Amino acid sequence: MSTELVSGLPQMDGPNASQKLFDADTHTINFGPQHPAAHGVLRLILEMKGEVVERADPHIGLLHRGTEKLIEYKTYLQAMPYMDRLDYVSPMCMEHSFVLATERLLGIENDVPLRAKWIRTMFAEITRILNHLLNVTTYALDVGAITPSLWGFEQREHLLEFYEQVGGSHYHVNYFRAGGVAKDLPAGLEDRIGAWCRQFPKFLDELEGLLTQNRIFKQRTVDIGVMTAEQAMSWGFSGPCLRASGCAWDLRKSQPYEMYEQLDFEIPVGVQGDCYDRYLVRMQEMRQSLRMVEQCLNHIRPGPVKIADHKIAPPSRGEMKRSMESLIHHFKLYTEGYHVPAGATYTVTEAPKGEFGVYMVADGTNRPYRCKIRAPGFAHLQAMEALSKGHMLADAVAIIGSLDIVFGEIDR
Amino acid sequence: MADANALQALGAAIAEAAGAVVEEVFVERGAELVVRARRDQIVPFMEMLRDDPRFAFEQVMDICGMDWPERAERFEVVYNLLSLALNQRLRVIVSTDEATPVPSLIHVWPAATWYEREAWDMYGIVFEGQPDLRRLLTDYGFEGHPLRKDFPLTGHVQVRYDETRKQVVNEPVTLTQDFRSFDFLSPWEGMTTLPGDEKVHQIRSERGQIEGPQS
Repeated sequence: MSTELVSGLPQMDGPNASQKLFDADTHTINFGPQHPAAHGVLRLILEMKGEVVERADPHIGLLHRGTEKLIEYKTYLQAMPYMDRLDYVSPMCMEHSFVLATERLLGIENDVPLRAKWIRTMFAEITRILNHLLNVTTYALDVGAITPSLWGFEQREHLLEFYEQVGGSHYHVNYFRAGGVAKDLPAGLEDRIGAWCRQFPKFLDELEGLLTQNRIFKQRTVDIGVMTAEQAMSWGFSGPCLRASGCAWDLRKSQPYEMYEQLDFEIPVGVQGDCYDRYLVRMQEMRQSLRMVEQCLNHIRPGPVKIADHKIAPPSRGEMKRSMESLIHHFKLYTEGYHVPAGATYTVTEAPKGEFGVYMVADGTNRPYRCKIRAPGFAHLQAMEALSKGHMLADAVAIIGSLDIVFGEIDR
Repeated sequence: MADANALQALGAAIAEAAGAVVEEVFVERGAELVVRARRDQIVPFMEMLRDDPRFAFEQVMDICGMDWPERAERFEVVYNLLSLALNQRLRVIVSTDEATPVPSLIHVWPAATWYEREAWDMYGIVFEGQPDLRRLLTDYGFEGHPLRKDFPLTGHVQVRYDETRKQVVNEPVTLTQDFRSFDFLSPWEGMTTLPGDEKVHQIRSERGQIEGPQS
């Protein structure tokens, strides 16, 4: 610093003469909505004091598509594809809550065939790996590591191919249905998933080798964005973000749905509740999910994949060619849909990001009266100011990455 | 899933501890406990639910609005609570209308802010004591509350970028085809009059009067 600049500052005497006091004004910067580290369309108004974050005000809604309003005008079956488009990096877990809520209101949750339940559980776990792969690797990208994303996306591609084989599409599969799944697994898919499972642990070891003890990665994430367990609870945290703060809370264990009661798995729990712990929890969860996928493969037995009631699930193609009744069922199902008895339910599943809930109110017609979607990322992003206050600007990027936010579900 | 008897017992305990705040307690489909509460006492009620070790609802997972236009108090605010310690859920429902504010839960759970902002944005429900009641999901300068049942699905305005004025403009919505909403209530399931059948029903009802007990 040149002497002219220093001489312009007020001179100080006394014991603190060696210190120079700066009174920097706070200024506001606009982070996003086009910044790649904003993970989509987050507009974050940051009030900075120097390079330290004073206030953070996320402006959301740039991806608001009115999903809840649209669903009120669709039959239950037509509303399904909207769920894929909420959290578009873990589509099947979004479908899962909606499907379970519909089944509960219809009162058919105990009639769903076992094979369908195992398939749904397996794909929910595959989806969890898909989601965590994307989050961990792009999070590493945010804090400066490029290689993990290049490796991770190759693995994601394999998983998305399994999606494509069951649902015909990479992302928006629309595969889960009330009463089962849309189609049976194609021949040989179980073997291919099994083969993928065998090579995945090696990849996970390599990924951990890149990040877990990486000095730069740890410098960027350890002790950044710390949430205590009490804070996390009061901010409505769930999923990996809550577990990283030390709460051993997992809906798959505590309020088991589908086939999770029969699966053997552990819940990884963090200690510090910082960005690094959130990363560690996700890495461990991938290993647990892999265990679950393998167990599901062992449990899947041949059988029907849809409920037998053709007022809810369509009859097979072959039946439709021969039976008039089946043809009528098919026609009624795809025009009018099924009528769901009046009632309300708040049904939750453990989505990769946390508690994904559907508060569905049925009024006895073929369309939901109200379908409120409780997205985990919504609560997480709200705590942005509590998490980033007093941190540097670059840490705000690490915090956003560690929260695993996706705007499809936050903006709805 | 907790069984219905345990939920009944929990509901009775809550009703006893809360007193007059609770209007109604019932178990929905034998699986979900629902409490209807009075609007004005909601903050102390929620504090009690959070702090009493018998209930210990540490988390508010979701707050959302509901619209029932045919009711005297058309809006409902639905709180979905979760207890991690006791592994139980509770749904608290209060009702309100366009003008009456609901006390804000911001001092009970900081997470309430965005949910209340969303309910304001979507339904126009006012929360008293909420210092940050801005719109959340809709566009800057948006008018109306889109999740109300009387708000059309297509909205009122459409947005485009005007190349000549070099700015984004809002215009009244124009549709090449009217939005069609089909009524699927079938006449075999208790429906009354089908479109086009009004005359038949008129004749029948007239005949009913002739053949009725008065004649």
